[in-house]
Amino acid sequence: MLNVALPKGRLGEKVYSMFEKAGFECPSIKEQNRKLIFENEEAGVRYFWVKPSDVAIYVERGAADIGVAGKDILLEYKPDVYELLDLDIGKCRMAVAAKKDFHDDPQRKLKVATKFSNIAGEYYSSIDRDIDIIHLNGSIEIAPILGLSDVIVDIVETGKTLKENDLEVFETIVPISARLISNKSAFKFKTESIEKVVREIQLQLSNKEV
Amino acid sequence: MIINDNILKYGEKAVFSLRELYSRYGYAPYKMSKFEEYDFYVKNKDFLISDGVITFTDTNGRLKALKPDVTLSIIKNSKDIPGFVQKLYYDENVYRVSESSHRFKEVMQVGLECIGDIDNYCRGEVVSLAAKSLLSIDKDVVLDISHLGIINAVFDKAAVPDDKRGYFISLMGEKNAHQLVDACKSLSISAEGTLLIEKLCRTYGKPEKVLPILHEIFEQVPDRSSLEALCEILQSLDDTDRDIINIDFSVVSDIKYYNGIVFKGFINGIPGSVLSGGQYDSLMTKMNKKSSAIGFAVYLDLLDRLENNKIKYDAETVLLYKSGENVCDIKRAISKISEKSGSVTVQRSLPDGFTYKALYVLEEGEVKLVENNA
Repeated sequence: MLNVALPKGRLGEKVYSMFEKAGFECPSIKEQNRKLIFENEEAGVRYFWVKPSDVAIYVERGAADIGVAGKDILLEYKPDVYELLDLDIGKCRMAVAAKKDFHDDPQRKLKVATKFSNIAGEYYSSIDRDIDIIHLNGSIEIAPILGLSDVIVDIVETGKTLKENDLEVFETIVPISARLISNKSAFKFKTESIEKVVREIQLQLSNKEV
Repeated sequence: MIINDNILKYGEKAVFSLRELYSRYGYAPYKMSKFEEYDFYVKNKDFLISDGVITFTDTNGRLKALKPDVTLSIIKNSKDIPGFVQKLYYDENVYRVSESSHRFKEVMQVGLECIGDIDNYCRGEVVSLAAKSLLSIDKDVVLDISHLGIINAVFDKAAVPDDKRGYFISLMGEKNAHQLVDACKSLSISAEGTLLIEKLCRTYGKPEKVLPILHEIFEQVPDRSSLEALCEILQSLDDTDRDIINIDFSVVSDIKYYNGIVFKGFINGIPGSVLSGGQYDSLMTKMNKKSSAIGFAVYLDLLDRLENNKIKYDAETVLLYKSGENVCDIKRAISKISEKSGSVTVQRSLPDGFTYKALYVLEEGEVKLVENNA
C-alpha cells in the first residue's frame, strides 16, 4: 500500500488528478464529506489530505511514503527526503518586496519581515547583507506599510496582493513550484510503486510540454 | 547468568547481537569516558552530526562536554602503525540535538572503526559487517552504497567548479535530478557532462543492474580507480550480504571529511537510516593522522518502532490481598499464579484507572481469579 500525503486545497486536487491518470485512482476521494483518509485497496494506494506546510513532515517521518510539497517549504525546513520531480504546478516565486519608494541604505541593517526566516537568512547571507529578521505568521504585506520592516520576503503568485498594498517586487530569490517528495526509507522498500508514480507523472509532464 | 529474552527491548537485544558479531571478527571493545574536553569538539565541529554540545564546567574550571560522538575520540587515541589496522567496536550513548525537536536527546549507538593501513580487503570487511549488522536486526533491510570518488570523477569530467560541488552533492543526496540539470545549465556545463551527472543521479539499484551503467558512464571518465575499487569491494562480499546491497549515489557525506566508499542502512518500517558509515581519510588528515579509516554506527534508538510487544496494561497480573493475610499464604499464591503468568504484581489496593490483564484476589488463604481481560 502506497501512502500519499496530498496538500489540502486546489493544488491537492490537481495533484490527485495526476495520480489518478497515473493509475492510482481512488474514487472515494471525490465524495463530498469531511473525511481526510481515502483508500483504494485494489489500486494499492491510500491518500490523506494534510495542511500543505505539513506534507514534508508526514513524508520525512514515514507516515506517508510520498507526498507533494511546495519548494518554499522544502527550502525553509530542509526535510530529509528525496525530491523526485518538479510537478510544474503551483508555480510562484519567493521574492523581496517593499514599498515603491524603498531605497536600500547599505549603511543600515535591513529589517526583513517574513514567514520564511531560513530562506531570507540564507539569501541575504549569500549577498553579505546584514539584516534583522522579523518572523511573522501572516499578513506580511502590512509590515513595511506600518514601518515594522523595510522589506518583506514572501511568496508572490500574481503580485495582486502586493499591488493592492502599494508594494512591488524588488528581487526574485527563487522560483517555486510543487515537488513530488519521497521518504528515503520508503523509497527502498516500495521502489516499484514509487518508480511507477514518477514514471507516469513524468510522462504526463512531457506530454504537457509537447 | 540466564537472561529471559522477552525482558529485553529490541535495541538491547541488538546491542548483544552486534557486540557478539564484531568480537567474532576480532574487533576489540573500546570504552570512553562520558565527558571530553569541549575544545576538542569545537575544533572538529563540522564533523559532528548535531550542532549543539552539552557543556559544563568541571571542578577544576575546565569546560567539558558530554560526548556527542565516538569516532573523534577513537581517532584522537589512534596510532599510525605501518601495515597494522586497529579494529575497534563501541557501544556508547551520545548526546545530540534532535533534528525534529531541536532539543538534546540521548542516542544509543553501537559501531565500529577500522583505523590504520586500510586496503580494499578492510573496506570489504567493514561493508560486510555493516550488512551483517542490519541482517542481525531484521530480515527486510537494505544497505545503500555509494562512492564519493566515483561522484568526484564524474564531476571532474563535467568540470563542475570546486566551490559548487557541495551544492551538487546535496542535490545528489535528494535525488534531485531536475535541479541538477538546471544547476548544470546555469554553470554552462556541457550537454555531455550534464548527461553524465543526471545519469549518475538517476542510477540506483542492485549491483548487477547498476554496474553495467557505471561502466558505460566511465567509458567517458578517465579516472576509473574508484569504480574499480567499488567493484573489488562488492566482489569480496558473500551472497547473503550482496543480496541486501543497492548502489545509490544519493548516499553522500560531507566531502570535507569523507572520501571513498560511504553507505547507509535502512530497515523496512523505520523512516530514516539506522546505520551510517564510510571512509573518512580526509578527517584523519585534518586530525594530523597519516592512517586511513573506515567505520560505521548503528543508531539503536530508532529500533523501538520494530517492537511487536507493545505494553497494553499497567501490569500483566495483579494479586490483591487484605491486611492480616498470612505472608506464607501470599507467597504460595504468587507461586501458583506465576505458573500461569510470568509477571505478578502484589498489592493491597490499586489506584483508579490501573489496568491489568488478570486480577486475582487472596481471601483467607484462598486465591480467586476475579477478572480476566486477556
